[in-house]
Amino acid sequence: MKKKKLTIAVTGLNNIDSPGPGVPVIRGIKDSELDVRIIGLAYENLEPGIYMPGLVDKTYLMPFPSTGSEAFLERLAYIHEKEQLDIIIPNFDSELYLFIKFSGKLLEMGIHTFLPTMEQFEERHKDNLPEFAKKYKVTVPESKAIMNSNELANLPKPLAYPYWIKGKFYEAFKVVNNNQGIYYFNKLSAKWGLPVVVQQAIHGTEVNVIALGDGEGNTISAVAMRKQYITDKGKAWGGITINDERLLEIIHHIIKETKWRGGMELEMIKTDDGEYHLIEINPRIPAWVYLAVGAGQNIPEMLCRLAMGEKVEPITTYKYGKMFIRYSWDLIGDIADFEKIIIFGELKN
Amino acid sequence: MSKLNSLAISDNGFIFKPSTGESFTTNELGLIILNLLKEEKSADEIINEITEEFDVDAISAGRDLYEYLDFLKRENMID
Repeated sequence: MKKKKLTIAVTGLNNIDSPGPGVPVIRGIKDSELDVRIIGLAYENLEPGIYMPGLVDKTYLMPFPSTGSEAFLERLAYIHEKEQLDIIIPNFDSELYLFIKFSGKLLEMGIHTFLPTMEQFEERHKDNLPEFAKKYKVTVPESKAIMNSNELANLPKPLAYPYWIKGKFYEAFKVVNNNQGIYYFNKLSAKWGLPVVVQQAIHGTEVNVIALGDGEGNTISAVAMRKQYITDKGKAWGGITINDERLLEIIHHIIKETKWRGGMELEMIKTDDGEYHLIEINPRIPAWVYLAVGAGQNIPEMLCRLAMGEKVEPITTYKYGKMFIRYSWDLIGDIADFEKIIIFGELKN
Repeated sequence: MSKLNSLAISDNGFIFKPSTGESFTTNELGLIILNLLKEEKSADEIINEITEEFDVDAISAGRDLYEYLDFLKRENMID
């Protein structure tokens, strides 16, 4: 594998206030011993990763997944014809369905992925979390998937204020009265579709764990983190690796039971009396992945190796007390680059 | 490993709790108490050390010690 130069396509170059994981995924890959060429796949022409020096070798604009699978696959086929992709790492929840659905077709084309199965992807959806919790014996806050804002006035007990109202893919807002609930229901359903999920707010500390499963029940990598600084969008702007044994036990249990394949993130609330409530499972690498790399577990590299069929030994240790602090940085670009993305949908760096 | 021994305590009085990611700062007295607790000294021995190190009587030293122990228990740093 060392000898072959891999061409790896990565999405999620939107390193903005609600950052996609693409840029840290690429940083992890570039920190590894893999010999790579990176192709950025962008959905918006101002995704910062397109313009960051030394990050991607070439970027292609992609049609939004919502435009349909035909246009999506056509564009991927075009890019593959030009670049001979070896691996694609999709990093958006909203595109995963298509990538999982067509992973067999992509493989026939010679493009490897390392993604959860459709069953794994579907059963951990926010609206399926209560069933997931029951099946795999984990604790989750009371929640209900709703299709109509009228349901907010008659939420089943013990759901009560304050609760979180969550979009199908992204975004969540804390709700303390019915009017607020209706407002956010309309906002979230218009943006992300239905259902919208209502989840009881749990008081405690948010702790997260990033992990990589090999699809056979083994946890190849797992790093626990506590958010230290949270933005008004609920995103971690600073975090620190922690030695939370119970949290690591939970992730090992879930990966073993589900035989999870690919990257994932568990978002949990640890209450003051030491109970853990699972609030969300993200079926992909999260944006804070570079902290795991810095703590000693290069998840993007391991994912690439697994995608290419290599045997990867699990890593069970990492450094505690490693921190990340995000920052913003004004990148100076040139209108000529912007023009190329707008006119041709491609930019060579 | 005991809760106390899992703490990373610097000479500057910075305490890092790896199990939760929390950090605390402590003064010179707190640092002395923590180090003596790590050496498994009894409360009386710690009070003696405090009275020798600082210009305080045993009653004040005892009050300071128990207040600090309450804080450590509250923050789940000792059993």
